[in-house]
Amino acid sequence: MQHYTMNLTLKVWRQKNANDSGHFETYPVKDISSEMSFLEMIDVLNEQLIKDGKEPIAFDHDCREGICGMCSMYINGRPHGPWQHNTTCQLHMRAYNDGDTIVVEPWRANAFPVIKDLMVDRSAFDRIIQAGGYISVNTGNAVDANATPIEKDKADDAFAAAACIGCGACVAACKNSSAMLFVGAKVSHLALLPQGSPERKNRALNMVAQMDKEGFGACTNTGACEAVCPKGISIENIARLNREYMMAGLSDDK
Amino acid sequence: MLDSKIPSGTLDQKWTSYKGHCKLVNPANKRKLEVIVVGTGLAGASAAASLGELGYQVKAFCFQDSPRRAHSIAAQGGINAAKNYQNDGDSVYRLFYDTIKGGDYRAREANVHRLAEVSVNIIDQCVAQGVPFAREYGGLLNNRSFGGTQVKRTFYAAGQTGQQLLIGAYQALERQVALGNVTMHTRHEMLDVVVIDGKARGIICRNLVTGELERHFGHAVLLCTGGYGNVFYLSTNAMGSNVTAAWKAHKKGAYFANPCFTQIHPTCIPVSGDHQSKLTLMSESLRNDGRIWVPAKAGDKRPANDIPEEERDYFLERRYPAFGNLVPRDVASRAAKERCDAGYGVGTTGQAVYLDFKYNLINKYGKAEANKQGIQHPDTDTLIRLGKEVVKEEYGNLFDMYEKITGENPYEVPMRIYPAVHYTMGGLWVDYELMTSVKGLYALGEANFSDHGANRLGASALMQGLADGYFVIPYTIGNYLADEIATKPIPTDHPAFIEAEQQAADRINKLISINGTKTVESFHKRLGKIMWDQCGMARSEKGLTKAIEEIRQLKKEFWSDVKIPGSVNEMNPELDKAGRVADFIELGELMCIDALDRNESCGGHFREESQTEEGEALRDDQQYAYVAAWAYQSENNWQLNKEPLTFEVAKPSQRSYK
Repeated sequence: MQHYTMNLTLKVWRQKNANDSGHFETYPVKDISSEMSFLEMIDVLNEQLIKDGKEPIAFDHDCREGICGMCSMYINGRPHGPWQHNTTCQLHMRAYNDGDTIVVEPWRANAFPVIKDLMVDRSAFDRIIQAGGYISVNTGNAVDANATPIEKDKADDAFAAAACIGCGACVAACKNSSAMLFVGAKVSHLALLPQGSPERKNRALNMVAQMDKEGFGACTNTGACEAVCPKGISIENIARLNREYMMAGLSDDK
Repeated sequence: MLDSKIPSGTLDQKWTSYKGHCKLVNPANKRKLEVIVVGTGLAGASAAASLGELGYQVKAFCFQDSPRRAHSIAAQGGINAAKNYQNDGDSVYRLFYDTIKGGDYRAREANVHRLAEVSVNIIDQCVAQGVPFAREYGGLLNNRSFGGTQVKRTFYAAGQTGQQLLIGAYQALERQVALGNVTMHTRHEMLDVVVIDGKARGIICRNLVTGELERHFGHAVLLCTGGYGNVFYLSTNAMGSNVTAAWKAHKKGAYFANPCFTQIHPTCIPVSGDHQSKLTLMSESLRNDGRIWVPAKAGDKRPANDIPEEERDYFLERRYPAFGNLVPRDVASRAAKERCDAGYGVGTTGQAVYLDFKYNLINKYGKAEANKQGIQHPDTDTLIRLGKEVVKEEYGNLFDMYEKITGENPYEVPMRIYPAVHYTMGGLWVDYELMTSVKGLYALGEANFSDHGANRLGASALMQGLADGYFVIPYTIGNYLADEIATKPIPTDHPAFIEAEQQAADRINKLISINGTKTVESFHKRLGKIMWDQCGMARSEKGLTKAIEEIRQLKKEFWSDVKIPGSVNEMNPELDKAGRVADFIELGELMCIDALDRNESCGGHFREESQTEEGEALRDDQQYAYVAAWAYQSENNWQLNKEPLTFEVAKPSQRSYK
């Protein structure tokens, strides 16, 4: 793999706190290696800003291996940048060329208010999980793990849905700021497994109710969520959520 | 004076006997007792959820924006359990024995046996929660093998086992939040433990969004705050992983045990340049299917695929024929370093070895799949194609991650890997009940020292985190809290709370007022280099003595020349980082002091002065079969307390994987 260095222009959203109206600032960055990750490029810029006596850019990040779901940058109009099935932290600078201009914004959604610069508050997702995104089993209640065989295909589908990292890219990409892919993934993960079956009706109803309460928009099946999801969560999960929700709504016993 | 409170009785009866005799708290009294849980990874989330279910009032804290972000999420390969579903000879005793031996006889027998016993319950619990482990076509759970063992006992969910287990524990935690049994405080960092009359009674923490300091009372405090691998700057830990909570507890009287026991993981993506902010692990489970090699000729710069079979040196298979590529992590790491130091390393830096999947793609997976599909006499291309499909299912996410980081396709060319800091076996000293040397202050998961000795076997960290949280602390905390039912909640205007908050505020104000010339990051990098060079894969008296001096100097410089932008009463990630790095610097000194004291090679600790003629690690049971529990006295001054290790069942022998 050939490596190269580049000079770039960054336009970054700066917002002091939740009450500030915010604005873009333009920064030149020099001698960026194609081997750096996108966040390492931001690290370089931040070190420079600190040395110049300015405030570094605040952004969420933690594992930097694409699994914790904390990083959340809206890069040139796309959550997590140009690569498919990718998080911001795993985006590498070989995606860019010398002279490029890159615009970096936070997730934009009413349900995800900005805390500072590129950081947003995604606690709405935790509250949706609290509404029913679990199986009610206390520690110590369990039977032997092999007592309930589960068809491999179903288990694989449940795993594919459970791979959601809760980053919120789906919401950020959606023109309606809908959280249907996030909720659909959790409802699917648990509905596909026999363990999740007893609570499936209430789970679908309560999670959707909480989603609406948090101010996420409705789904219009545009598919932008699936296109940007770093874990490739399929839009089929939204269809399954709709089925689960409808069946729950139509039945007497919950 | 170090009482590990090991129950009497035979090893396999200790835990049963403890559970049968420990004190209980009745349900009405549980509701009056408040428990603080710091950290929400596998240990913290499982403890908070389980204690909430029991009826305690739990307050949980994490520095991330959600408990689901904790770094347990990044664990890839799997979780061990002595289920023996594969009928290949596994048992509780085998898991216990492998863990003690893998830890090079520096762990406590009773704790490890308990861990092996509850391992089977963990798998049951996780499956009941809906954790989607890998399954066979018959619908039953699948297993894979891992380094340091000869049975298949590892349960997994592709290369995302930690994620799935953490999501399970997180969901159980959120359920308790919804029920009102747990109050969750996200974006909060613990800055001190409040100790009143010799007992932990609360914490001081900083709200990372507003910058405000807060006081929280608890009848007991649980630290589930993970490991301190980031003392090396570059490690596989998350950027935010830090030692601050454990370090503050240490300075308030909790002993720090075996701080120098660090795990250097053999299979990580090599460093690419100075900009590197962290390292990424490639799961050890890949060693099941990948063969590790370097060119047989030093300095051979040909592309990997151009080097013919007979000019390759599969050095692990050569040196350790019995375990081959599945030797424990410490052995594999040192062997890779040895080859690279001798000039056989590959890649631009020469600090890498190959991990090659081609052989098993063809011979293991390709042939099995061809058989299944009834393809007679398949050619190599067909075998590779079929093999790729299976490998994709097993490790797809890891291969994708490797390609994103390096730009190379590991299905086509061998991965380049090199050892990196991954896990810290050392941590806060705890007794059998997981209580530190401060009453009412507990440490769970990677934050404590107890189960992995000098080297942790693969797929054991997840097991320990969940064992402590789901199945140990719910019993042992009752034994303490049963005597606390008459203790009323202490108001947080108690002088001890005021004093602890004042100290935290003073330190923050001091940091921000230095206004020097160097960034926090630059100090962290320098500390990391000292630690990696002198307290990393190989240590010597000379190097460690030098490192201690350098760290003391670095500390002076930090406290006189660090530059932190912004102010105190706002969100200020640089300020948070400065506090963490200041604590890492102090810990780094203690790690080197501990490494200097231990003049033996054991597990992850390789002392150059203590090796066999063949260059293998030489343990010294006569002098060093103890846990080194350090008590903080004053700046640069610690007192060593030794907890002797006795082995009644697993008699120490020199480890051999040959």
